[in-house]
Amino acid sequence: MRTTADQVLLLARRSIVHTARQPAAIVFPLLFPMLLLAVNSGGLRAETHLPGFPTKSFVAFALAVPFIQGALFATMNAGTDLARDVETGFLSRLSLTPLRGAALLAGQLGGVVALGVIQACFYLLVGLVVGVRPAAGVGGVAVLLVFAAMIALAFGSIGAWAALRTGSPEAVQSLFPVFFVFLFISSMNIPRNLISTTWFRYAATANPVSYLLECVRSLIITGWNGEALLLGFGIVTLVAITGLSLAAYTLPRRLAR
Amino acid sequence: MKRNLSVAQGVAWRTLHNVFTNPSLVIPQLAFPLFFFTAFVGGLSRIHNVPGFHYAQGYTAFQFVFVLLQSAAFGGVFTGFGIARDFETGFARRLLLAAPHRTGIVIGYAVAALCRWLVTAIFLTVIAFAVGMKVGGSGIDLPALYVLAAIVNSAAVLWACGVAMRLRTMQAGPVMQMPVFLVLFFAPVYVPLNLLTGWIHGVALVNPLTRVLEAGRSFVAGSPAQVAAAYGAAFGLAVLFAWWAMRGLRKAEAAG
Repeated sequence: MRTTADQVLLLARRSIVHTARQPAAIVFPLLFPMLLLAVNSGGLRAETHLPGFPTKSFVAFALAVPFIQGALFATMNAGTDLARDVETGFLSRLSLTPLRGAALLAGQLGGVVALGVIQACFYLLVGLVVGVRPAAGVGGVAVLLVFAAMIALAFGSIGAWAALRTGSPEAVQSLFPVFFVFLFISSMNIPRNLISTTWFRYAATANPVSYLLECVRSLIITGWNGEALLLGFGIVTLVAITGLSLAAYTLPRRLAR
Repeated sequence: MKRNLSVAQGVAWRTLHNVFTNPSLVIPQLAFPLFFFTAFVGGLSRIHNVPGFHYAQGYTAFQFVFVLLQSAAFGGVFTGFGIARDFETGFARRLLLAAPHRTGIVIGYAVAALCRWLVTAIFLTVIAFAVGMKVGGSGIDLPALYVLAAIVNSAAVLWACGVAMRLRTMQAGPVMQMPVFLVLFFAPVYVPLNLLTGWIHGVALVNPLTRVLEAGRSFVAGSPAQVAAAYGAAFGLAVLFAWWAMRGLRKAEAAG
């Protein structure tokens, strides 16, 4: 048990150090979502005049987006790193050691989760600086950080599965537009009940990303909303279980001993 | 002049051949503008009901102009990625050695970017009309919008070309893309300029693309406004980045 924990810690440390040595892998997931937040919150502020809009502050409404977007960036970076490990033969060398497959996954994802939480703290800090006060209070912030960690784990496991399945960093990178489509066809910029185009409203309702956004948004704007929290945590847990199962199923093929 | 044109023709043909025989380059070029158009028009059409929003042609036409200009700008940037790739693979260096008049290389890339964008523009226009976009402009107004977008496309490719020729690596991608992204999104993308408030209003006021965007929307509405300012801004950017690209070419020549 202790050996497995040591293996996880070593690999998580390697994952974090690897990311820390690539400034673009840290700066871009922090900066780009903030840039988009600035652009959208400036450009879409007029939306708060629509009857039924849930808040007077568009920044508070839009602050949920960086949480999801940052997780996507982290996922892509993590998946790309793992795919590079496959491509360079690092994983093949690991297969010659007594390393457990579960430890490899846990270590890799541990790094992603750590980065996800750091990003979430940064986004929250920026939100606080520009005047956003989470309606759910300090407890809500704690729940938000747990949720951010779970999002990073869920999307990270999908990235890990893609990396193990394809072994190609380019193939993992090509997933990014797919995730981006999910993000844009959601309630990212407007509440679902205010979307007037029927097909778009249906697509956003069927899109799980809408519920992840609404979970974060509920803690910031409305306070404790059981339904939003249940849906958000339920979906992220489902994605995490699916991603982890697929990654665990694919891993033995890459770690053939 | 003739030799410049023959170099330009060769470079343009090769670039277009590379793009249109490679699905991984063609599909994103068509899919991304369509995706933005769908996401903005579908998701944000309620903005049309915001007090003070008076665009008679509706939100589809309002966003069409932005997405058309965005596709023009990014069409130029994507061509810049190809130039960087040519340097990375060593092809551009062979091209520099072989071309009797190297200015033709820059012209060739710009022509290729324009032809590439025209395909996207036709595709986007067909889709926009298919989903019921209303146009109030006459037979002159709409072509004026496309000419304006073509100038934006040239300015963007010349900007990207200057960066690619200075840095000569694919890693220069974000340097080409990010400023264009910022200039585009710091314009009145979702609502007219008069509905922007706070810092973004100040930024949009001095952003040259604001004039282009507002003029483009006025063409579609059939009541042209700020035409001289828009064409002036677009031409100004194109001339500035032509100088930037030519300086980049000289730097690439000097680097050998």
